[in-house]
Amino acid sequence: MDGPAPDTAGRIDGYDFDHLIQDDRVHRHIYTEEPIFRAEMTRIFGAVWVFLAHESQIPERDDFVRSKLGLRPIIVTRDSAGKIRALYNRCTHRGSTVCRQDSGNAKAFQCPYHGWTFLNSGKLQGVPWPDGYAGDMSDAKYNLAQVPRVESYRGFIFGTLNADAPSLIDYLGPVARPIDEWLDRHPGGKVALCNANRLKLNGNWKLVYDNSADGYHVVFSHRSLLAMENRLADGGDKGMAFYRDSPDSRPMYVYYFGNGHHYKDKRGNVEARPGALWEIEGPHPGMEAIEAEIRARHAARADELLDLASSEPVNINVFPNLHILGNHIQVVQPVSMTETDTTWWGTAVVDDDNALDGAADAINMLRMRTMEGFPNFGEVDDLANFEQIQAGLAAEEDEWVYCHRGLGIPGRITEDEHGTLKGPATDEIFLREYFKEYRRLMTTEPRIGIVRDV
Amino acid sequence: MSEPVVQQDPSRSSYYLGSDFYRDLVDAFTGWQTDAAEIVDPALRDSCRRLIDREARLLEQDRHEDWLALYAAECVYWVPASPDGGDPRREVAIAFDDRRRLEDRVFRLQSPYAWSQRPASRTSRLVSNVALYETADTDVVMARSTFHITEFQDGDIRRYAGWCGHRLRRIEAEDNGRNWEILAKQVNLIYCDRNLRNPSITL
Repeated sequence: MDGPAPDTAGRIDGYDFDHLIQDDRVHRHIYTEEPIFRAEMTRIFGAVWVFLAHESQIPERDDFVRSKLGLRPIIVTRDSAGKIRALYNRCTHRGSTVCRQDSGNAKAFQCPYHGWTFLNSGKLQGVPWPDGYAGDMSDAKYNLAQVPRVESYRGFIFGTLNADAPSLIDYLGPVARPIDEWLDRHPGGKVALCNANRLKLNGNWKLVYDNSADGYHVVFSHRSLLAMENRLADGGDKGMAFYRDSPDSRPMYVYYFGNGHHYKDKRGNVEARPGALWEIEGPHPGMEAIEAEIRARHAARADELLDLASSEPVNINVFPNLHILGNHIQVVQPVSMTETDTTWWGTAVVDDDNALDGAADAINMLRMRTMEGFPNFGEVDDLANFEQIQAGLAAEEDEWVYCHRGLGIPGRITEDEHGTLKGPATDEIFLREYFKEYRRLMTTEPRIGIVRDV
Repeated sequence: MSEPVVQQDPSRSSYYLGSDFYRDLVDAFTGWQTDAAEIVDPALRDSCRRLIDREARLLEQDRHEDWLALYAAECVYWVPASPDGGDPRREVAIAFDDRRRLEDRVFRLQSPYAWSQRPASRTSRLVSNVALYETADTDVVMARSTFHITEFQDGDIRRYAGWCGHRLRRIEAEDNGRNWEILAKQVNLIYCDRNLRNPSITL
């Protein structure tokens, strides 16, 4: 346990989370105080299921990819027996990282400092000149530490250090349904990661999570993108133009699922027919050329194929660090209290069974370009605004951040039989509800552990 | 009754960037920097170098329309996200723009609502180490240059370093003596596979 010790009231260094997180507002301290950030790395990132990697990054035995769990350096391996593991990238001898490559294929990792060598299961294979050690070097305490619980959901690999955490499927709960729907629009019900648009901000990681189901900012923060996408269009209905007039009266909704997960479903704005999604795409490089090729070869189902190159209008937010939005898998990585990496993995269509009649390559050519649009022309403006929040929050006496849009309006929020809450697109209920879960986690001591037995 | 006119203006529609164009582009940017293909003619090198210097100068001066005019009507501006360039048909790039998207980019940079550029960045751009390489087409050369861009914005300084590959085609000399147009530019950042803070300027 590397976070600060709580006192008997569940406070951390005297911070009272019942005060910091209120029904209609949160205190600036959750974005500005180092002890709170350090505690989050254990009480949030140590306690819940954290997204670590996607199985398409390690398709073969002995493949590995570097990752992080909070600030802990991790190597996600598919070991020589085929088991997916999340090893601590930290030599048990003197603490150095043993893997310094982003990804690759290796049966073992040798520490560059003194040559201790670990199999990709984490087991210590050997040390140089073992006769210099009096004791038994086969003791499991010298194996690499690893995350005790690693589970996948349909290709998404998560890990948790918390022995008391529910199963992954129970942790996901109802957010699994939009994930299923998002995957199932692709052949074989799967996608593969294909490089990333990598961005960072000088701001706290929660500023990204706070935005991820926010329908209120779209026409303001993305004003330049909306203007750009519609500068040539006659009707001006491209991209997120459906937010323009009265978004709360449109058939799009924000959902809160529990466990911090939330969801924005904008699909109701698009007619339910093949080609409707493609028609609202703004201009993208080569779109007319590749569309013509697809129509020439696949006349009967061209609209359906083109929809696979189009951005799916959903934001699926899995607390604390995974966002599935459009065709991206966005991963949020805290670096420090005021520095966050946000990596927008592109996804490619994979068509093992040729369900698309050979159209997958052409679809991916289009899909790569449609995915480059938002990080280049939308996200950079959001990140600038998030950084300016961090700057604004330096104002100490001005303590509160409000999130009460929609609160107290009768009939605005509905609840279904699973406890899922549903509100209009610009409602801030997703913030209020996830902050309650954040408060619960920050005032709970998780039972955290690592394992070394292989 | 007249035939309907197919919209072929690359500023408005993108009919040129099809699978053949992608294939030729990837081929053109593969294995071109060989010692055997280097062109040593100083006058030729100077004429290309003048274009590359001019491009940097126009971007420093925020003369975006003049900068766009250096590019062929059917052009590509490509910033790969992987150190070996990658394959834009199967991978996302930091940027992979056709003519229309380059004009989009300029439109957005000039918008008062592009918050990532409010205040607008100021840049200083050094370009050096220009070498030319011949291609199968005598009117087309490849140029390699090394760049260092320093960006200043709202109290922050950011740096971009790397090298560029320009694919240049000879044109009739214009009034200002320019006699090349840019068919494609590949910008290879040394940290292309790391997270970048506010990468919103044109490189």
